[in-house]
Amino acid sequence: MSQTMTKPSGVCFELSEDHKMVQKMVRDFAQEHLAPKAAHYDKTCEFPWENVKKMAELGLMGVTVPEEYGGAGMDSLAYSIVIEEISRACAATGVITAVQNSLGEYPLMAFGTEEQKKKYLPLMAKGEKIAAYALTEPNSGSDSAGMSTTATLQGDHWVLNGQKNWITNSTGAEIFIVYATKDPELKHKGICCFIVEKGWPGFTIGKHEETMGVRASGTCGLTFENVKVPKENLLGVEGEGFKIAMQALDTGRVGIAAQAVGIAQAALDNAIRYSKERHQFKKAISEFQLVQEMLVSMAVEIDAARLMLYRAALKRDSGEKFTKEASMAKLYCSEVAMRAALNAVQVHGGYGYSKEYPVERLLRDAKVTQIYEGTSEIQKLVIARELLRD
Amino acid sequence: MAATTEKTPSIPCDNHLTEEKHRAYREKLRAFLAEHADPIAELYEAEARFPRELLTRMAREGYLGTPFPAQYGGAGHDPLSLAILIEETSRCWGSLGIILAAHIGLGSNPIMMWGNEEQKQKYLVPLAKGERLGGYGLTEPQAGSDSGATLTNAVLEGDHWVLNGTKCWCTNATEAYSYVVSAVTDPDLGKSGISAFIVEKDFPGFSFGKKEDKLGLRASATGTLIFDNCRVPKENLLGERGQGFKYFMQTLDGGRITIGAMSLGLAQCALDEVAAQLVTENLTGDLFEHELRLAPLAEMAVDVAAARSLVYEAALTRTHQKRWTLEGAVAKYLASEVGMRVSSKAVEMLGFQGLKMNGRVSRAFRDAKLCTIGEGTNEIQKVVIARELLRTLGA
Repeated sequence: MSQTMTKPSGVCFELSEDHKMVQKMVRDFAQEHLAPKAAHYDKTCEFPWENVKKMAELGLMGVTVPEEYGGAGMDSLAYSIVIEEISRACAATGVITAVQNSLGEYPLMAFGTEEQKKKYLPLMAKGEKIAAYALTEPNSGSDSAGMSTTATLQGDHWVLNGQKNWITNSTGAEIFIVYATKDPELKHKGICCFIVEKGWPGFTIGKHEETMGVRASGTCGLTFENVKVPKENLLGVEGEGFKIAMQALDTGRVGIAAQAVGIAQAALDNAIRYSKERHQFKKAISEFQLVQEMLVSMAVEIDAARLMLYRAALKRDSGEKFTKEASMAKLYCSEVAMRAALNAVQVHGGYGYSKEYPVERLLRDAKVTQIYEGTSEIQKLVIARELLRD
Repeated sequence: MAATTEKTPSIPCDNHLTEEKHRAYREKLRAFLAEHADPIAELYEAEARFPRELLTRMAREGYLGTPFPAQYGGAGHDPLSLAILIEETSRCWGSLGIILAAHIGLGSNPIMMWGNEEQKQKYLVPLAKGERLGGYGLTEPQAGSDSGATLTNAVLEGDHWVLNGTKCWCTNATEAYSYVVSAVTDPDLGKSGISAFIVEKDFPGFSFGKKEDKLGLRASATGTLIFDNCRVPKENLLGERGQGFKYFMQTLDGGRITIGAMSLGLAQCALDEVAAQLVTENLTGDLFEHELRLAPLAEMAVDVAAARSLVYEAALTRTHQKRWTLEGAVAKYLASEVGMRVSSKAVEMLGFQGLKMNGRVSRAFRDAKLCTIGEGTNEIQKVVIARELLRTLGA
């Protein structure tokens, strides 16, 4: 029926040769360059510039951006593989890359004018400038339409006032995709999206948040005090901001699902390795059935999670609406990551509780995947709405 | 404890398990912790600083000798009061809970159980009065779950035992004055060749390795004990030669109740915070429109109530029966799973606020993971529980 098909449709039991090549390339790179420094970045919370620079050389800072804008021009499936493999080595670097790709570049690709794309996309895609995505506020987390940052049109400028918090990439970013309302009364219909540059008067990046996991991802609060944004930096049309935010989050959720699968896989990698090395009662603990049970449930769940991730990515590449698939993948993959990380610590026993082994970091990193880009509760609401829509 | 004691929904599951004396003990303890422990917990935890002054203060109130008879400097309370002590301190501050659990249950109780009168006077009295802190050395790098595989050995030379070996993951290491330690005295006898010793920190040949950098419980000290021809006076053999393995296993039976109590306190802390958060959200109108937000509160409360029942039941069994291996393992297993489940859910319920590194909920989440590992991993608990059940059936 389909000699023209180049990739599996509907089911995905094996990656194409191209995707396998990407997987091997990124895996080898991440294990060689990112994994050895993950504990360092976790400890110091430094923004991993060295990682970003190396990834930029491989085109990983603009995976799905077309080549004409300086990107690698690959599809979402490749993007998922990239984020998984990076996160498997260093989850903080994984989320930095995911934010750059899904939340920074995607809104520009989908809604930007030609001028905006030409001006900003190559800088981001080549990794010359880091992007951040500012939606969440102190009093509007899950309820993002209830934001209170305002945008007022004054002549040829918009003037922004308000606060954002929990903004990933802030310590490294120079380009911020910022959401603000032109009239809170209009709720989601009043939200506009802007491209804001670091250094503009009135725009301050606050203190670095001390978080439990993904500690090197540069999470800060942002303050806007009469920040003048040129009219041409409105992204999309007035009042379209909420739609941009939600579409970006659909894409973002694929990225977080991929990050979660990467963390889960790292947990399993470590648990297998340790269970074969560690001997108790005169045999490797991998020979105990209860330890095997933990490894097995991790492996089965990771496999299912990865297939859900690939399905969401393929649906996205098909051009169809993929909200439900992205939410389902994000919900399930993040829960699998959490369970896998808990099991990995458990397999390591006391050693798992110490910072000598990486599994306690995986546990801290896994937790946030259930929270950002919509908590698990929000995913359930999204999925229910999609299920009940027809 | 702004968000805790008064405002917390009280799940009336322990009214028939506790007596008036337990409830009075709990009230007094809560007031003490609210005044002295709660205000410093976050800072000490962030700095991984050992709460020495607080322990001195608690000692003055008799908490460090809670279960020991007055004649040995203790406060003479029952095992259920001990469980309540560990539950409430952990609810406030996990590190404080584990420091007390190790001091009382592992560092002091073996001397109460198997020490002779001289040993009790010399070691137990200052421990019970809280003038000194106690520690314990059982786990070794190669002997974790398999504690019978102890390599640390003791050889009798004249009037001293000479100890060689390394103990790891010892709570209160470097902070404690005396340590109850297992060592092989008769290598040919297997587990029956293991004996217990009381070792003072200043005995020649005894030193400490590095302090562990841990996921949670960061204000508690965890470290390595190193014995390099450490000379221990003959009279510091605890109990009978060759009975050490049995003593340590019985000590762990008690330790499991306290780890269960610790998990329970951490779960209660997470529940308190979620309840307080939901109160501020002021969910109005039809509660059925907030089911996803409300259901976790109910699930957590049920989990905590079940864990409390089992932990208190195990403590009461210890009061009334000579053997409580099954009850202790059951309580530790369920309560630690509950601790993990409830604290993990609480982080999600609080969203980004739940991720703040040293916030109450993030701390409970990181601290709770120790409880599925310490005092026997939950995989070991399952084997113990199954063994005890089959034993009862005569298998």
